[in-house]
Amino acid sequence: MPETVSDPAATRSPESAAAATGRRGAVWAARAQRYGAGVLLVLLFAYNALATPNFLTVQTLLDVQLRQAAPVAIVALGMALVIATGGIDLSVGSVMAIAGQVGALTLLAGVGPVAAVALALLAAAACGVFNGSLVVRYGVQPIVATLILFIAGRGIAQLLSGGRLTGFRDPAFQFLGLGRVAGVPMPVVLMVVLAAVLWFVVRYTAYGRTLLATGGNPRAARLSGVRVGRVTMIAYVASAALAGLVGLVVIGITSASDANNVGLGLELDAIAAVAVSGTPLTGGRISVIGTLVGAVVLRLLQNTLIAQGVPREVAQIVTGVVIVIALFLQRRSR
Amino acid sequence: MADAPLLQMRGIDKSFAGVPALTGVDLSVPAGEVRALIGQNGAGKSTLIKVLTGVHRRDAGQVELDGRPVDFGSVHEAQRAGVATIYQEVNLVPYRSLAENVCIGRAPRRFGLLDWRAINAEARERLAALDVHVDVTRPLHEFPIATQQMTAIARALSFDARLVVMDEPTSSLAEHEVGVLLDVVRRLRDSGVAVVFVSHRLDELYAVCDTITVLRDGRCVADAPLAELSKYEVVSAMLGRALTESERRGRHVGAARAAGAPTVLEARDLHRPPALNGSSVSVRRGEVVGLAGLLGSGRSETARALFGADPVTGGEMRLAGEPVAFSSPRDAIRAGLGFNSEDRKADGIVPDLSVRENLTLALLPRLTRRGVVDRGRQQEIVDRFVARLGIRMASPDQPVRELSGGNQQKVLLARWLCTDPRLLILDEPTRGIDVGAKQEIAELVDELADDGLSVLLVSSELEELINGCDRVVVLRDGETVRELAGADISEDAIVQAMAEGSAGAGEHGDA
Repeated sequence: MPETVSDPAATRSPESAAAATGRRGAVWAARAQRYGAGVLLVLLFAYNALATPNFLTVQTLLDVQLRQAAPVAIVALGMALVIATGGIDLSVGSVMAIAGQVGALTLLAGVGPVAAVALALLAAAACGVFNGSLVVRYGVQPIVATLILFIAGRGIAQLLSGGRLTGFRDPAFQFLGLGRVAGVPMPVVLMVVLAAVLWFVVRYTAYGRTLLATGGNPRAARLSGVRVGRVTMIAYVASAALAGLVGLVVIGITSASDANNVGLGLELDAIAAVAVSGTPLTGGRISVIGTLVGAVVLRLLQNTLIAQGVPREVAQIVTGVVIVIALFLQRRSR
Repeated sequence: MADAPLLQMRGIDKSFAGVPALTGVDLSVPAGEVRALIGQNGAGKSTLIKVLTGVHRRDAGQVELDGRPVDFGSVHEAQRAGVATIYQEVNLVPYRSLAENVCIGRAPRRFGLLDWRAINAEARERLAALDVHVDVTRPLHEFPIATQQMTAIARALSFDARLVVMDEPTSSLAEHEVGVLLDVVRRLRDSGVAVVFVSHRLDELYAVCDTITVLRDGRCVADAPLAELSKYEVVSAMLGRALTESERRGRHVGAARAAGAPTVLEARDLHRPPALNGSSVSVRRGEVVGLAGLLGSGRSETARALFGADPVTGGEMRLAGEPVAFSSPRDAIRAGLGFNSEDRKADGIVPDLSVRENLTLALLPRLTRRGVVDRGRQQEIVDRFVARLGIRMASPDQPVRELSGGNQQKVLLARWLCTDPRLLILDEPTRGIDVGAKQEIAELVDELADDGLSVLLVSSELEELINGCDRVVVLRDGETVRELAGADISEDAIVQAMAEGSAGAGEHGDA
């Protein structure tokens, strides 16, 4: 599985460096870092194949494991973009709630499913513009800038909901959550398509290059003619829009917008997925496939532990330990 | 001294990404000796130092300190064993006070709390010993680089270092500050400390070093008492070829040709207080114009203002006769300017990106069709400029941070050359790179100018200005005070203008 870090081949060096010294241990350490999440995925997969009844059925894989991982994975893709600029986006969970609430309310107001989706995404994107402006124009630190909507955003969603669950029933609108394309659940389709798009953007477009230059050395990027502010802004807007989309997926599945709970804590899961992929939070790097694998691994890990009767609390601790191991591997190969 | 040397490194091997950086290198320094370590960029000096100080693990060889084999796993370990390093870039905490920077990690305590009075007193004393008398409670970043450097040295000495490694400690110091530093080195030696001194300035080496080790391509090519080698021999060993010393290759032929050429860029009376108070400069097609001045005279500030990197509060600029005002570097690049900044690390390279991406960063808008990079053309351009500038690397996919300083600088030059600029602004293009690469870059600038490129060369090295420029504009306190052309360009004239130049004498005659 080819990883897309700062530069496809640039990341190969630790491995080849280690290979050149001919020390097997170093080679394995380098591999563990690059493919750590992938190795874990294979292990989890193998274990489940043996231990979990019916695991190896298309139904379990697509409808349970991947579908459950999809929301975090899609949010994590946006998060990876923001992290590549050297920032972070804590507001995604709240933005999901806002988008869900706007979608549900406009749908109930009778604007039709397409307009409702469009308005919800627009509201999400507006949140992204807000975040981006604070960071780009006013130089607010990303963690503080996005903390504002992390706190206030959920309040906005709750105000919009009037404190009640906003239920609805509209198959077209709920297609994002419940629909299927060629038998594959819509969230999984979205996850794969969006990851493919982002992978292409990072690898082949000028935006991808300027994104990594911006995160890697903003001063140098600016002096080389990169519109650093615009590049950063796009990342925040994309992150918010992806979060908004996931908000619609989530309320589509449950047929109701619950402003109190939609997207609660998801920002941290998304950051964890990026971290597990071996991407440093200091910016200048991105790994699209790694992020996807990271999100799936974390979900699968939790599901596996819970399926084995491990209490949820313990499962969370194990997840934390896995993140620590991922970060440790990353350090070691430095 | 008949004792075993304090430091003994034998047969050191180290390679990166399969490329050997060091092969069988020896280095020994007895207590009370200053050893010069010199070599071109990429020769392995920095790698050797990093192996010694625990930053890198060696692949083979032994290191002995005081006759005992050692194997430092971290800088901290090396420090505890008495090995202190002063790096090229100051490695301290900018927002903390001088005193804290001196005492960090081993601060005097009282009742388990930091004893600020003792910390400040100790720092003051240690700095005073180095002839630095300043308010030690002010944050480090408010002080000039020289003071920061002295702080780093004071810190190193506070660990009772027995071996002090200085990696180009003088590269950002002014002349009189260099003198103070060399005195400090001598004092260290006299007190029985062993010193490894890395510098590109031969005069400094001869002023302070007892012995010398010359590295070339990761191998030790000379190891002798310095008195036995002439400067010419040192440089020859370093370059591996005979050097036609003191070959003065003025550009006065080019000057004659450029005299009738149209003016490409003209800036008048640029203001950006406090740094710029009326700086003016013009460059003709195919002309190399030097921008001279002491530290703080507004050289780099003028360059940045021309490129749109910093806004100006007054003055006017014309490009090919048309008034222009760049609000960002992007505008300037579109108009055909390029700017290679002084600080390679902070303003130049994107360390994690590959040579390929670094090289084509400024060209991206033109390499892109509907947002997608044309990889074929990108590769073509990279190949062309890597060959043209002789950039040494494992592959274009190698992260640029792994290249030596000189090669990084070439990548940055290529970044601008591939945009085919009308005017290239070079701010200290040869700072911190070795004699060989310096020469190559000087020749390259010469050739480019002959092909019609206009160059504004900001430099603090008189030799570079005298040998490389058609005209030299001298700044003082942010103001253009003198302009010298052709035969009038001399060390004396420039120094005099920098030191005491008045705006009245010989002001920009042409333009």
